Amino acid sequence: MKQGRFAFVVPALYILFLMTPIYWLVAMSFKTNLEITTRFTLFPETFNLDNYVKVFTDERWRAVFSNSLIYVGLNTVISIAVALPAAYAFSRYRFFGDKHLFFWLLTNRMAPAAVFTLPFFQLYSAFGLFDTHIAVALAHCLFNVPLAVWILEGFMSGVPREIDETAYVDGHSFPSFFVKIFMPLIASGIGVAAFFCFMFSWVEYLIADSLARSAVLPITTRLQALSQASGTDWGVLAAAGSLTLIPGAIVIWFVRNYIAKGFALGRV
Amino acid sequence: MLTTSDACCSAAVQQSAFLRLRFDDRGNRRLMCGDDCSDGSAGMLELKEVSRRINGVDHLAGISMRIESGVMNVLLGPARAGKTSLMRAMAGLDRPGGGEIWFNGVNVTGVGVAKRNVAMVYQQFINYPGWTVRENIASPLKVKRTPAAEIESEVQRVAELLRLTPYLERKPLELSGGQQQRVAMARAIVKKAGLVLLDEPLANLDYKLREELRAELPKLFADSGAVVVYATTEPLEALLLGGMTATMSEGRVTQFGPSHQVYRVPADLITAETYSDPPLNVFSVTAAARPARFPGAATLAVRPHHVRLSPKSGEADAYAATVLSMETNGSETFVHLRVGDARWVMLTHGVHAFEVGAALTVHVESGDVMSFDSAGRALALSARAA
Repeated sequence: MKQGRFAFVVPALYILFLMTPIYWLVAMSFKTNLEITTRFTLFPETFNLDNYVKVFTDERWRAVFSNSLIYVGLNTVISIAVALPAAYAFSRYRFFGDKHLFFWLLTNRMAPAAVFTLPFFQLYSAFGLFDTHIAVALAHCLFNVPLAVWILEGFMSGVPREIDETAYVDGHSFPSFFVKIFMPLIASGIGVAAFFCFMFSWVEYLIADSLARSAVLPITTRLQALSQASGTDWGVLAAAGSLTLIPGAIVIWFVRNYIAKGFALGRV
Repeated sequence: MLTTSDACCSAAVQQSAFLRLRFDDRGNRRLMCGDDCSDGSAGMLELKEVSRRINGVDHLAGISMRIESGVMNVLLGPARAGKTSLMRAMAGLDRPGGGEIWFNGVNVTGVGVAKRNVAMVYQQFINYPGWTVRENIASPLKVKRTPAAEIESEVQRVAELLRLTPYLERKPLELSGGQQQRVAMARAIVKKAGLVLLDEPLANLDYKLREELRAELPKLFADSGAVVVYATTEPLEALLLGGMTATMSEGRVTQFGPSHQVYRVPADLITAETYSDPPLNVFSVTAAARPARFPGAATLAVRPHHVRLSPKSGEADAYAATVLSMETNGSETFVHLRVGDARWVMLTHGVHAFEVGAALTVHVESGDVMSFDSAGRALALSARAA
């Protein structure tokens, strides 16, 4: 069928629909509070960077950004490190209950995060982990490890088993094979899994908020906490909000070619 | 008639005696060169009652054989006959459920594949996709910590041998199928392994490349001193490669011997069927209708090219047949026939045009007929069967 002249209209409308909130957030970050609260303007009247200056010069903003980056980074590293061997086992070996275990892993993600906040809070308090980076990082593993295992298993199963065997036949030991031959083969899978872990942990609010309250305040909590009875600095909030988009955008850039396969849990 | 069968049997006995002699001879030579025969002159892989059972199904059922270096050893059998299972056990990829595997006088039954000195080439073109051809070929040498200069010269030598020199800096997936498989073979050659396992290495290649590589293969490993095992589903390939053939069926080795002998004098019906392409024409006979020259036969069989349109000599039997269908490849015609209750295939030279449904009389030389008893064991075979 010949493509109509107006074939672009529907996707264009859709993209407009998707981009409007993001545009609004970014536009708002360049407006003054007066403009935000009193007028409806499509473009900032004056292009002012005061909000960003405030965010970058405020010690507390810098702290929450680094806090979040630290526990998100920790979580991503732990999740991938744990999921790699697990996914390899699921992909290559048959063992008692493997299919059930594999499915059960995913059911972890079906429970709402709120269910786990109370047990996590009590558990981490008892171990003296409350209000630490590692507490949030470990808690997020509950959701991220299963996802990473599923994604990595899909990518690993795409690599013929004979490659493993050829490596052993050639005389490679398992660690040498895994690091030098196998991991490069599933590098895109590792990237995609890391991206999903990163994004979940970066935007997760509930658990991060309940496990890190003062010393390790996460960015999501601070964004939320800024709307107070005493008034809200909308401009600064928008600027900080815009900045939180950047890490995700950077990560997504690296895995952009594999992201669809990642959403299909590596099974394309 | 009796004299013919006697002659045949004694020929078979002579053959097996000859084989035993050869084994003894080889054994003596091994003893003479002492415990350490690592000069690569002779290798011997011995399987003793090797078995492997998975979920109640015999993948390997008590296989015993002695495989020597210097010739191609072909495992011939249909898919799922146990060829790959046997190779995996030989390589040490799978531990056999029972039995022992000895290599050059050492029991290697439980030794892992990385510790064995084996090389393996699969049906699929398996290379390390992220590495260049050069790195791929060098891989087994690097693991052995061979000096860099030696690796370089070895890679050059083998690449030259397999005509891969222009592609050394490319990644395997950028090459054609034949080239990819040659990279895999280069890796097997460069390793100088004592045991080389080729698991249907040519099956995924197109016709032309297959012929080309098949002709090269025996030469590539001829003077390596390695024990070379080659699995294939194609009888023709087993004959073309020469050497020794072990026919396999349902996890068993039905016969093992020089390829042409196994082809000419199959020990039983399964071996004869395995080693026949196009399929063997099999027909059962009852005591009443049994031709007098096949006493005790329950089943007779004849290869398609032995079914003729006109008799070759006076000792031919005539069979009434009906033409069912025909296929021709230009120089040969496969005529599918109904003979009594059985379906036969006749392979004739030239292009023939028969009417479907036409009645024909086909002739089979009595010497070309293989006869088997009710248990499927070969009864008698004329020395003329070829």
